[in-house]
Amino acid sequence: MKSYLNAIRAVIWKDLTAEWRTRENLSAMLVFALLVILIFNFALELDIQAQESLSAGVLWATFIFAGTIGLNRSLAVEKDRGCLDGLLLAPVDRSVIYFGKAIGNLIFMLLVEIIVLPVYSFLYQVPVFQPGFLLVVVLGSIGYVAVGTLLATMVIQARTRDILLPILLFPLSLPVIIAAVKASQGFLLMVPLTEISAWLNLLIVYDLIFTAAAFMVFDFVVEE
Amino acid sequence: MIQVKKLVKRFGPITVLRELDFEVRSGEFVALLGPNGAGKTTLLRILASLSKPTSGLVQVASCRLPEEAVAVRAHLGVVSHQPLLYGDLTAEENLSFYARLYDVERLRIGEVLDLVGLSSRKSDLVRVFSRGMQQRLAIGRSILHNPRILLMDEPHTGLDQEAGEILDSVLREIALAGRTVVMTSHDLVRAAELASRLDILSKGKIKASVATKDLNSADFVTFYRKALQGNGGSA
Amino acid sequence: MNEKPNLLTILDVVAGLMILVAAGLVFFYVPVEVMMGSVQKVFYFHVATAWVGMLGFLVAAIAGVVYLRKGNLLWDIAGNGAVEISLIFFLTAIVLGSIWARPIWNTWWTWEPRLTTAAIVELIYAAYLLLRQGVDDPERRARFSAIYAIFGFFSVPLTFISIRMLRTIHPVVIGSAEAASQGGFNMDSPMKLTFFFSLAAFTVFFADLLWHRIRLGQLRAEVDVLRIDSYSKGE
Repeated sequence: MKSYLNAIRAVIWKDLTAEWRTRENLSAMLVFALLVILIFNFALELDIQAQESLSAGVLWATFIFAGTIGLNRSLAVEKDRGCLDGLLLAPVDRSVIYFGKAIGNLIFMLLVEIIVLPVYSFLYQVPVFQPGFLLVVVLGSIGYVAVGTLLATMVIQARTRDILLPILLFPLSLPVIIAAVKASQGFLLMVPLTEISAWLNLLIVYDLIFTAAAFMVFDFVVEE
Repeated sequence: MIQVKKLVKRFGPITVLRELDFEVRSGEFVALLGPNGAGKTTLLRILASLSKPTSGLVQVASCRLPEEAVAVRAHLGVVSHQPLLYGDLTAEENLSFYARLYDVERLRIGEVLDLVGLSSRKSDLVRVFSRGMQQRLAIGRSILHNPRILLMDEPHTGLDQEAGEILDSVLREIALAGRTVVMTSHDLVRAAELASRLDILSKGKIKASVATKDLNSADFVTFYRKALQGNGGSA
Repeated sequence: MNEKPNLLTILDVVAGLMILVAAGLVFFYVPVEVMMGSVQKVFYFHVATAWVGMLGFLVAAIAGVVYLRKGNLLWDIAGNGAVEISLIFFLTAIVLGSIWARPIWNTWWTWEPRLTTAAIVELIYAAYLLLRQGVDDPERRARFSAIYAIFGFFSVPLTFISIRMLRTIHPVVIGSAEAASQGGFNMDSPMKLTFFFSLAAFTVFFADLLWHRIRLGQLRAEVDVLRIDSYSKGE
């Protein structure tokens, strides 16, 4: 168990070190996220009245688009110099790779969110800094990354790897997106917690089911 | 050390390995030769537990594949024609990452860097390394955990004369250390110099096998041609 | 196996007859519903096609699980076949639903849970087929699509629940006053007979098509093997 956790930590450390050096992935995700917000601003004419009901949707669309970029890139790196084989050759359970990569991806996604949220809050005076809202951000990101990491690992082994990820990932992650949008909206509009709790439950259920399912099938994604 | 019996590997309709038998004893250095598409890489990937056999028996370090793959991997070092290294990490960071995966002492990293002659470049990103240096580091990576068996898939691909010679000397040292080595190659002369045995693989089967000390270098080419025409045999 | 099995021929006939009888029941036997008029008759085939659309999803997920456990490509062919067939049936169901919704709900389309879920299922089917197209190695393709089918099977009910939590106006058929105001209605016995017979007819039709599709897949695999063999003989 100790060496299992150590190996996961090694994979995360490796991703963070490489990213810290180039900051390629993070900056791409971040710039992309800001561009998405900008586009929404003009596409939806987000004035102070409109944004009250739309903020949650805009934010999640932003996170999800940026997340896709990050996921694709994070797994593509593993394919570049055959590194995926390098990981597969290590005498550790394959789920180490899944959890290592998934946690790394989650960290990247949360980092982007940590930067985007204050910016959004500053631009539109949205009260995003409440524990409930932040909890939704974390839960939603977990579900998205849990499925996204698995699918991205599949996608990088496909011939059409540049286009496939969003096509596969978006329809499967709809429950997360809907629940996360509704729950965040609830917190932003100060709806009583009893009305939000169903959405939170849905998020938790999704996170649990899909993390477990991804853990169970990951072997099949990487074996030959 | 390695035992393969009636190994079959199919990719959909294509059969790559056809009831292949193959054996390597401890301490042997076997070079696998053969034309493109003969199944060399496929065989190596199966031995490395990266690919599952369709049928047949595969035993590496007295563990059965694919059932005991995790146990086998601890004894294996693999060099593929891709370096399996991260471009955005330094040489030392790459090794220390793999050291953690293999649960190896950190002291060993310095040793390995010395062995492949990269100590002075250990803080450089792998991205800026030449192909030869990457390949040397890849070999360092593969012997980091002192594996009993080394599997190498065309380690000389893309290397210039000088880098190739450095690689050869590293390989000789590794072989002298008593490791079992299986290497695929296109380079007949080089393979004959390094290996203790040559196996010729064609159309998914071992067509011929010869100990290098039993042949002088002039005969290798004729031997190879004959083997491919199908009338070779164990010499 | 190249011969078409007799049982399949029988099934062809049975399926064809059942569809004809179902159509006959819908057009000539079942009474016109009082509130909605003859457009309500669309309902029998609408539900039946939608049922087959979902059935394919179930079959694909089960075939996926079995494939991952057994590794027999037959299950991959079955899963793929189920998705292809269901894609068409579900599309039919959506079109039929639109025809019904235009006079009853006064709109071709509404973002109602079942409709929206239907659209999403179609997209998952499409993504499934795109995924298959993007992977060349048959076994890898089979593994990936099995996993995707299983994940889709888990995700769709959650999607449905979440959209349902958002909004609903779809009639819950046999039921309440509230349902009646949204286009629900009570079924008398000829209606029930027609309804269940249509369901049965389309289920048999689905089984028949799936069998054909599996046979087609097997024949195609055989042709691939023959073609590859003829290449290697030609060498």
